[in-house]
Amino acid sequence: MAVTVLTSRPQQARTPTVGPRRRSRAGSASRRPAVGLAFVAPTAVLVAALFLVPLGILVYMSLTNWPLLGSPTFDGLDNYRQLGQDDQFLGAIKFTLVYTAITTVVLFAVAFALVAISSTRRKGAVFYRTAFFLPYVVGTAAASSMWWVNSNDQLGVFSKAIQAAGITHQPPGLLATPNRALFTAIALVIWKFVGFQVMVLLVGLQAIPAELYEAARMDGATTWQRLRYITIPSLRPTLALLTILSVTGSLLAFDQFFVLTHGGPDNSTVTVVLALYNKAFQSFRLGNAAAEAVVVLVVLVLVNMVQLRLFREREK
Amino acid sequence: MAPGKDRPAMPTGTGRPRLAGVVAALAAVILTVGACSSGGGGGSANATPDNGTTLTMWVRSATDQFSQRLVDAYNASHKNHVNLTIIPNDNYLTKVGTAAGSNSLPDILASDVVYTPNYTTQGLFQDITSELKALPYFDSIAKSHIDVASLNGKIYAVPHKLDSSVLFYNKDLFKKAGLDPNTPPKNFADILADAQKITALGNGVTGFDIAGSCGGCGVYTLFPYAWAAGVDILPDHGKRVDINNDTFKQIFGLYRQLTADKLVASSDKTQDGSTWPNNFLGGKVGMLALGSPIVGALQQQKVFDWGVTSLMSPDGAHTSTFVGGDVAGISKSSKHKAQAWDFLKWTLDENAQVEIIAKNGDLSCRTDLTNNKYTGSDPRTKFIADGLKNGVTPYALPFGDLFNNPNGPWVETIRGAIYGPDLDKALADGQQKIQSGLDSAG
Repeated sequence: MAVTVLTSRPQQARTPTVGPRRRSRAGSASRRPAVGLAFVAPTAVLVAALFLVPLGILVYMSLTNWPLLGSPTFDGLDNYRQLGQDDQFLGAIKFTLVYTAITTVVLFAVAFALVAISSTRRKGAVFYRTAFFLPYVVGTAAASSMWWVNSNDQLGVFSKAIQAAGITHQPPGLLATPNRALFTAIALVIWKFVGFQVMVLLVGLQAIPAELYEAARMDGATTWQRLRYITIPSLRPTLALLTILSVTGSLLAFDQFFVLTHGGPDNSTVTVVLALYNKAFQSFRLGNAAAEAVVVLVVLVLVNMVQLRLFREREK
Repeated sequence: MAPGKDRPAMPTGTGRPRLAGVVAALAAVILTVGACSSGGGGGSANATPDNGTTLTMWVRSATDQFSQRLVDAYNASHKNHVNLTIIPNDNYLTKVGTAAGSNSLPDILASDVVYTPNYTTQGLFQDITSELKALPYFDSIAKSHIDVASLNGKIYAVPHKLDSSVLFYNKDLFKKAGLDPNTPPKNFADILADAQKITALGNGVTGFDIAGSCGGCGVYTLFPYAWAAGVDILPDHGKRVDINNDTFKQIFGLYRQLTADKLVASSDKTQDGSTWPNNFLGGKVGMLALGSPIVGALQQQKVFDWGVTSLMSPDGAHTSTFVGGDVAGISKSSKHKAQAWDFLKWTLDENAQVEIIAKNGDLSCRTDLTNNKYTGSDPRTKFIADGLKNGVTPYALPFGDLFNNPNGPWVETIRGAIYGPDLDKALADGQQKIQSGLDSAG
């Protein structure tokens, strides 16, 4: 688009009427298609080299028995058939869905509460906003290491704090049972990502014109009505964006479980990507891992298509 | 040596020096890249192998300082120069696999001894049988390592670092609990009785310490109990597994009881190996089954007096040990076989084995040198070195995936057997899952 606009500018100046301008735009593009292609080429090459070719290799790998050492052999759809009997992968799908549902809901609930605290114009709001956002700038792997140390019964401050507060006199074993490990991981994710949610929601809130609220108040709208009919509808695109990011991010969760729980205890916190990683780099079955990656890719594309459609329909 | 238990070998606190070591190694690599490109390789067919050739060597981070000491001493005394690259444990196989595909392996490739079969079967090493057998002391080189590094009668690697699992105990706590500090436990009944008396001291002291979530730790310290009782855990050259038997029921029975009677810390259930020796080193644990890599730390600490005994069969009739560690061989990509062998041979010679390895508290990989002035001067290190003759190094192709993998079937078996409701079922399930893993590895 940018190309045609640029090339048609001189003609625009000479013939300011709408009709000829359109014709000339189309004309310039069709007269010199090579120029347009040349401008697009770098991006096209990049996309092909960095996305399409690796994707093709991935799909090919998923059709082979590809050990890390030794040479690969073609085995058709065997890897996909094996997926159906792979308990770890099937368990990982279930766990990932549960984790995604809990995380997305809790993340929004906490974010709304924090937005309520920090959206006022009172003094101190800036301090809170900064405090909420700070954990977001820590890398997930680094944050997970921190939580791993802090959740450790011997080394961590969490267990000392919990015992000092008198909640329990035994070390709490924050990663000892499947439920506690899931709770600890979700707590980490909330701590780490809620700042981003809050920031985006605050920006969305500030973009709503104050006149709307003023007019509503003049018309006698209650707080609830202002929230229901002004705030939420205006925030819809923001909420859509955050939901998609949260769902996609949770479905692809890896670092926090790889570092914090190692998928344990008893393989209760193995996510899909962790299962895939194990296949590739613990079992060295690159073909099986590629098949899992293809499945994850297809599912993600479908999930995002559904989400985008839902939000688009609501906007209408 | 299995990755899961590498970390306990390094007490926390060595974290910074290790990082510094890695940084220094990286800097050395960067600095020598220039030198290497100008210096060139040097012909490999020369009469003297020490002709100023630059050699590359990869080791995993578990042996970083150990390997660095050897390489530094070799470089200081030879014209050849070895560039050492230290690779994080978890990435090692991936890195080797990628390099093998593009034939860009280093001249000298070290490997966790239990992973070695993966490399020998894929032909990553050059045959060094004749060179090795020509050494006058060939018969005294750790046989368990040579066995694992052999395939179809040919030998592909030599021991690089050797370690061995044993049972350590805290003599001070033994004394306080009214036990004889010079009489370590002789069988499972002793372990249980001693653990009860020591735990009774209170103050957060526990009699024993279990790594409840660490496959490598389990292999390292549980397998020897069974070997001592005569169980061949991985028979038929690692094609089959045998853990569903009475011996393993007794072993896990002991650990179940230690756990149920609260003779171990409650945090043991989540111990993934990374902080395993800490409580023992802090003087809070009566007995700990671990290995020679923590001897250095034990010798340095002044908190308590410690003793050592062998891992025994449940009835105490026999003892055994897991001989872990790393081997090193000449990779198929190397064009400097003579020079690389010069380095490997030098590491096996008496000078390096005694003045570098034994001096630092590590085990010599030659049985004729176990009585050297450093190892022999402490009866405890001598005891560990002498125990190697009963040692076993297990052999199985998918060893890492089945036994070390934190999401693998062996960790599941350990946890089911110690913490689960049904010991018999946990062992039966584990037997079946590990066997199917061995089957599918072909």
